[in-house]
Amino acid sequence: MPITRRQFLKVFAGTGVAVTVSGSLLPEIVSALEKAAAGNPPVLWIQGAGCTGCSVSLLNTTHPTIAEVLLNIISLKFHQTVMASAGQTAYDYLWETADKNYGKYFLVTEGAIETANEGRCCLSGERSGKEVPFTDLTMYLGKGAAAVLALGQCGFGGIPGAEPNPTGVKSVRDFFKSRAVKTPVINIPGCPPHPDWIVGTIAHALLFGIPELDDDGRPKMFYGTLVHDNCPYRSYYDEKKFAKSFGEVGCRLELGCKGPESYADCWKRGWNNNVNWCVHNSLCLGCTQPGWPDNFSPFYVKTTG
Amino acid sequence: MEEVTLMTKLTISPVTRIEGHLKIEVDMEGGKVVDAKSSGTMYRGIENILRGRDPRDASQITQRICGVCPTAHGTASVRCLENAFKVKPPTNGRIIRNLIFGSDYLMSHILHFYHLVALDYVKGPDTQPFIPRYEGDYRLDPKTNQVAVGQYLQALDIKQKCHQMVALFGGKAPITYGMVAGGATEIPSLDKIVSLKWRLKEIQEFIDGTYLPTVYLVAGAYKDLFGVGVGCKNFVSFGAFPLDDDEKTFLIKPGSYTQGKDLPLDQTQIREYVKYSNYDDSTTGLHPSKGKTVWVPEKKGAYSYVKAPRYRELPHEGGPLARMWVTNPVLSKNANKFLGVDSSKEIRFRDLGDKAFSILGRIAARAEECKLVADAMDKWIDQLKPGAPSWTKVEIPKEAEGFGLTEAPRGALGHWISIKDQKIDNYQVVAATIWNASPRDDKGKRGPIEEALVGTPVPDIKNPFNIVRVVRSFDP
Repeated sequence: MPITRRQFLKVFAGTGVAVTVSGSLLPEIVSALEKAAAGNPPVLWIQGAGCTGCSVSLLNTTHPTIAEVLLNIISLKFHQTVMASAGQTAYDYLWETADKNYGKYFLVTEGAIETANEGRCCLSGERSGKEVPFTDLTMYLGKGAAAVLALGQCGFGGIPGAEPNPTGVKSVRDFFKSRAVKTPVINIPGCPPHPDWIVGTIAHALLFGIPELDDDGRPKMFYGTLVHDNCPYRSYYDEKKFAKSFGEVGCRLELGCKGPESYADCWKRGWNNNVNWCVHNSLCLGCTQPGWPDNFSPFYVKTTG
Repeated sequence: MEEVTLMTKLTISPVTRIEGHLKIEVDMEGGKVVDAKSSGTMYRGIENILRGRDPRDASQITQRICGVCPTAHGTASVRCLENAFKVKPPTNGRIIRNLIFGSDYLMSHILHFYHLVALDYVKGPDTQPFIPRYEGDYRLDPKTNQVAVGQYLQALDIKQKCHQMVALFGGKAPITYGMVAGGATEIPSLDKIVSLKWRLKEIQEFIDGTYLPTVYLVAGAYKDLFGVGVGCKNFVSFGAFPLDDDEKTFLIKPGSYTQGKDLPLDQTQIREYVKYSNYDDSTTGLHPSKGKTVWVPEKKGAYSYVKAPRYRELPHEGGPLARMWVTNPVLSKNANKFLGVDSSKEIRFRDLGDKAFSILGRIAARAEECKLVADAMDKWIDQLKPGAPSWTKVEIPKEAEGFGLTEAPRGALGHWISIKDQKIDNYQVVAATIWNASPRDDKGKRGPIEEALVGTPVPDIKNPFNIVRVVRSFDP
């Protein structure tokens, strides 16, 4: 079933009827993607100074399922957490695949880029008997990629880049700028990002090219709305009814909720097949915003101003 | 196959299908490993990032140490804070935290067997991400192999359903918001209790009907691996899942098995050594309550960004094998069948004997523990009181010290805090994999993974199956 760019964006932006049910990607999109899958450019997924949380989140995708994503949608040629091979076999394959598909593949970065000590705080593997810092790997693969998807809050610097930034973490954009790499960078922040944001952005890039981005490099279709303006607890805020303890009815502002400063569609998409989300559970910590966590902590104290 | 006779060096970097960055170097002679080095190749300095922050932020920031076991760090951290704040969660808070953490245990164990280790025994289809791969030692008959591949896909769905259970009271997964100092954030409602109960039922059916039988089925085809990857035979468990509000009894028992003796747990007996780690030598041998993390990027002789924690001055293995050995629970009937023991008889974990100290011993321990936790959760859900509070207000003391211990799915986990002027003055984490993947200590004693690699047969150096099997059996 052919699907137009307009229909596709409509679904992703959440204005379509189906999305209000679970916020999932539609089966029609999956079938459209599957048709394209065979000829899809490879995706190379590399991990820097991170926690693997973005990968674990990706595995939670429900519509499409992760099996569909891995087997039918994305031609995932390298991913340290799921791939069969190890060591030299795996690592050489990464470099060879990049060279063979120069200018065509998509690079996904997970985890922060640590620049201290010439990047030797994070070693990605060994090539011809020499350890390769994650910085060198990212630069080499970044140059030859069609686009870079900087996954997670670490793409902005994240927790590894928080004060006092012990390892000289740079955001992916700043890192490429400092090394004169001109490949476009799409930020998919969140700690971790929602699986729909990851799969949706990759799918968009494969089918239609880079989606429309905001000033922070985030796809507008996922990060275009302010949590606070759309929060189901908003009416409590308007009535000045504030929860003073966890579990109490009311707006979560005085518990420390960062919804007024945070752009993301969690409020309608929900998490883990929409069984819950942060504000319903407790509060928003602001994990999709640049400058997190430093500009958003202390977490459990009301933000002033 | 290439016969290995002379001394040969082999490096595996990166070790894949694990969490984080690990390099393994081995020396081989006569087709066997004679020495091994385990190197953590990533440093972030999260302990130093925590200094000066609001103590309560620690339970969020430390969850980001590990995206596969964030609730373990969340649990250790809120216990640590409560110890310093001198509060205990109300009953509902304790139980909800056990249920969030328990759900993540199930997720982690199932993910480990099916998605991190299975491909060392089961030949995947000839498509990405199953190729390239090591070739050779796949022993399952085609039909059994096909069934196992099907389960790989089924387990992906089960895994995300476990995370739905985490999120029911945790807000989202991975990385949860539902556990905080003072208890849990949600007051349980009847609909959520019922929802959790039904979801757990499906997971239990998978564990009992699929996961456990498959583990023993695979083990049957690789019986020699019950004799490979022995390790240091010292085990430590910090205990997990408090069963009473005073936190005196635990589902997973605290204790150690040290040089053949069962000893009670004494956290004052932990020291961290750094002679072979990239940290300042002046900080070696400290108890974590006084611990320091002073990174030295280039240091002669150092080969890991991981410190070497020791308990009672000795390397100790952590994880399911350690916990099952210390707790010694009754095993599932699958174990009876496997050992050829009448199903009316009760077999306990230690009845496995020396077989337990092995690659397959660790894998079986994990599967048996998965059932133990799932069955306990089923009872805990019934103990929740709908509508009753889950959280107690906390106050940050001006000055205080505290610690919080638990068991991450992959091993013993402890957090230590000291607070000054209501801010974090020092925060130290001794993480699960640090125990297992540690380098040598100041006395030159190998870490548990290093020790377990020694003696491992590697018949084909181009496809060193057994090395990655040993390493992955620890779920690093």
